[in-house]
Amino acid sequence: MIVEIGHIALIMALAVALVQAVVPMIGASRGDGRLMALASTAAGIQWLFIVIAFLALMNAYITSDFSVFNVASNSHSAKPILYKIAGVWGNHEGSLVLWVLILATFGGAIVLFGGNLPPALRARVLSVQALIAVGFLSFSLFTSNPFQRVSPAPLDGNGLNPLLQDPGLAFHPPFLYLGYVGFSVAFAFAVAALIEGRVDAAWARWVRPWALIAWSFLTVGIALGSWWAYYELGWGGWWFWDPVENASFMPWLAGTALLHSAIVCEKRDALKAWTILLAIVAFSLSLLGTFLVRSGVLTSVHAFATDPARGVFILGFLVVVVGGSLALFAIRAPRLKAGGLFAPVSREGGIVLNNLLFSAAAATVLLGTLYPLFIDALGAGKVSVGPPYFNTVFVPLMSPLVVLAGIAPMLSWKRADLGGIVDRLKIIAALTALVLVWTVYQVWGNAVFGAFGIALSAWLASSVLLDWALRIRLFRASPLDSMRRAMRIPRAAYGMNFAHFGVALLVAGVTASSAWRTESLQVMREGESISVAGFEFLFHGVDRAEGPNYAVDRGHFTVTRGAKFTVELWPENRFYPVQQQPTTEAAIHTMWNADLYAVVGDPDGNGGWATRIYYNPLVPWIWLGALVMALGGAVSLSDRRHRVGAPKRSQSTPMPRHAAADIVR
Amino acid sequence: MNSRRLFFLLPVIVFGVLCAFFLRGLSLDPSTVPTALADKPVPFFDLPPLDDETIALASSDLVGEVALVNVFASWCLPCRVEHPLLMELAVTGKVALHGVNYKDKPEDARAWLDELGDPFLRIGADRDGRVGIDLGVYGVPETFVVDRTGRIRYKHVGPISQSDLEKYLLPLVEKLRQ
Repeated sequence: MIVEIGHIALIMALAVALVQAVVPMIGASRGDGRLMALASTAAGIQWLFIVIAFLALMNAYITSDFSVFNVASNSHSAKPILYKIAGVWGNHEGSLVLWVLILATFGGAIVLFGGNLPPALRARVLSVQALIAVGFLSFSLFTSNPFQRVSPAPLDGNGLNPLLQDPGLAFHPPFLYLGYVGFSVAFAFAVAALIEGRVDAAWARWVRPWALIAWSFLTVGIALGSWWAYYELGWGGWWFWDPVENASFMPWLAGTALLHSAIVCEKRDALKAWTILLAIVAFSLSLLGTFLVRSGVLTSVHAFATDPARGVFILGFLVVVVGGSLALFAIRAPRLKAGGLFAPVSREGGIVLNNLLFSAAAATVLLGTLYPLFIDALGAGKVSVGPPYFNTVFVPLMSPLVVLAGIAPMLSWKRADLGGIVDRLKIIAALTALVLVWTVYQVWGNAVFGAFGIALSAWLASSVLLDWALRIRLFRASPLDSMRRAMRIPRAAYGMNFAHFGVALLVAGVTASSAWRTESLQVMREGESISVAGFEFLFHGVDRAEGPNYAVDRGHFTVTRGAKFTVELWPENRFYPVQQQPTTEAAIHTMWNADLYAVVGDPDGNGGWATRIYYNPLVPWIWLGALVMALGGAVSLSDRRHRVGAPKRSQSTPMPRHAAADIVR
Repeated sequence: MNSRRLFFLLPVIVFGVLCAFFLRGLSLDPSTVPTALADKPVPFFDLPPLDDETIALASSDLVGEVALVNVFASWCLPCRVEHPLLMELAVTGKVALHGVNYKDKPEDARAWLDELGDPFLRIGADRDGRVGIDLGVYGVPETFVVDRTGRIRYKHVGPISQSDLEKYLLPLVEKLRQ
C-alpha cells in the first residue's frame, strides 16, 4: 500500500512539475503576477510529493519488502540498517528518486532564500528547474520505475553489491548529486537571464552562492568517491580516470571556472556571456555524466545496469535541455551589453586565464573519456584511453594554473602594476626555491621530477600565507592589532585563501603519492617479515571469522620502525555469500605524512598468502586538501549570507536593495 | 553572419556533433552483447548433473538437435523473472531446453527448482564457474541458441522477455530446424 502511495506521489510530482514548468513562464512573459506566484507554491507541493515518494521507497527498503522488484534486486534482509538505507540510492532506479528529491529541494530553497529576487526572474528560474524535473521524473516513471512489484515475491533479496556496502560510499552519491543537481540552479539562472536578455552584477550575485554550494558538495562527493576507491579497491590508487570518475570531474572543472568568472561578472560587470556559458556547460556536463553512466555508451566498473532504451531517453532529454539552452545562448548572448574593460595584466586577466585553463582541462577530460566512443562510432575499432593520456595532458594544464593562483589574487582589478607585487613574488619565489632544494636533496635519485610538483605546492601555499600575514600585519603590528585585523578580513577572502591552500595540499599529496610510492607484492608465510620504505612488516597469518552478512579472512601485520614505532594492521578479505562476491578491505594506518597500506590476497595453497604492501607518502593530504577546499566554499558562503542580510558598506543614502546590489565593490 | 555570431554558435555546433556520436554509440551497444563464439562450436565441456534427480550436460549432448542452453542460478533475481517463460517453452516442446547451473550450491538450486518448477531436460552444475568462463558468460541469466551441428548461433544476455522470445529466439530456432 505504502509502495503504491509512493508511486502515485511520484506521478503527482510529475503533474505538478509540468504545471510549474509552463504556467510561471507564461506569467513572466505576460507580467501576470498571479501566474508567476504559482511557481513558488508548485515548487513546495512538488517537493512534498517527492519526499513522500522517497520515504515510501526507503520504507520498502527498511522493512525489506521484497515484493518490490527494486528492493529484491538490491537489498537483503541480513544487511546492516545503514546499507538498507543507502541501498535506496545504490541502484539506478532509486538513485533517480534521490536525484529528483535533491532537485526539488533546491527548488524549495530558491523559494525560501529567493525572497529578494525580482518576481519574473524567480518565476523563470523555478520554471526552468521544473522543466528539468519533468525530464527526470518522466525518466524515472517511464523507463526506471522504482516501485515496480514482482510476483511471486522472492523469500529474500539479492543484496547490495558488496563493494558498495561501505560507509564512504553510502554518503558518496548524495554529496555527488547535491553537486550535480546544485549546478541546475546556476543553469536555471543562466537560462532565465538569457530569456530576459539581462545579465548584471545583481544576477551574478544571486548565482554565486548557488554555484558555490554545488561546487563545495561536488568537491566533497568526488573526494569521498576517490577515498573509497583508495581503501576499498585495494590497489593503493585513488584515481583511475575511469569514465564515471571523469563524469564527475568534468562538471567540477567547469564549475570551478564558473565560480571564478562569476566573481568578475559581479564585481566588474564583465565576462557576462562567458559566465552564462559556463553555467550552462557545468550543468550540461552533469547531465552528460548521467547519460554516460546509465546508457551503456561507455563501459566502466561503476556503471549502473545499462539499457539502450534509457540511453535514448536521456539523449533526447540532453538534446532538449543542453541543445535548447545552447541554442538560446547562440541567439541571445551576442546581444548582451559588454561590461567593464580591463587590461591584460589585472585580476580579471588572471581569471580569464584561469577560465581558459580550466575549460581546456574539462575539454581534455571530455575528449579522453569519449575518444573510445568516437573511434568505435567511426568504425576504427575499439580502444581504451588510460591514465597515461590524462596524466600527460593534465599536468601541463594544471601546473600554470597553480602558479597563476599564487599570483592573481595579488593583482588589482582593472589594471595591475606588476612592480607593486614584485617584492612579494620575491619572497614567495625564495620560499619555493628553498622547498625545491630541500625536496631534491631528500629524494635525490628517486623520481626527482616530483620535486617540481612539491615546489608548485609550496609556491601556492606560501603565496596564501604571505597574503594573510600582510593583511594582518603579522609581526609588524602588535599581536592584538593583528588579531583585530584578522577578524576584519572578509570571510569571502578567507574562503578563497582556504580553497587555494587546499589546492596546495592536494597538489603536494598527488605529487608525492604518484612519484614516491613504494609498493611490494609477495607471498608471505606466518612469521615472515618484509621491509618496505624503512618499516618492518611482520606477518602473523590469517584467521577466519564471520561478519553480519559476510565471511572474512582477516590478516594480521605488526609494523615497526625502530624501537618506538609499532602499529597493528588487520587487512580483510570478505566474501559475501548472497552475491558470491569477494571484497578487499585494505588495512591503512594514516600518519601525518604518509599511509601504511596492507592488503592480503589469496592463499597460495602451501600455507602462504599473497600480500601487497604500500607506503604512500603524503596521500592523506589529497583528501585533507579537498576538505579544506570545500571548507573554503562554506566559509565564503557564510560571508555572502552576511552581506545579503546586512550590507556593511558605508552608504550616505540608503539605497533600494536592487540598486545596492549593483554597486561595484 | 559575422564572426562574433559564429563564436556564440560554436557551443551548440560542438554539442550537435557530440550528439551524433552518442546516437551512433547507442546503436553500437545493443543489449545482446555479441559473443566471440558466434557461429563457432560450443567449447568442450562435460558437467556433472546438479543432483540425483537430473541428467548431466556435456557439450556433446548439444549435437543433433536445436537447443537452448540457459545459464541460471538460484541467487539470480532476473532468472526468477524469466523462469515462467522457460516453463511455458518447455511445455510446448518446440526446442530442447538445457540448463547450466552457474556458481550455485546444489541444495539451493534444487530448492529453487522445486519452488518454481524444472523446465530443463538436462542440467549441468558449473559450481566453480569454469565452464561459464569458456562460454564467455557475462551476466546471469544468459541464453545460448545452439544449432544441430553444435554451433552457437546466438546469445541473449539478461532475462528473456516475451517479445525477445517471439521476435528473435523462436524464429531463429524455427529457421535452424529446417
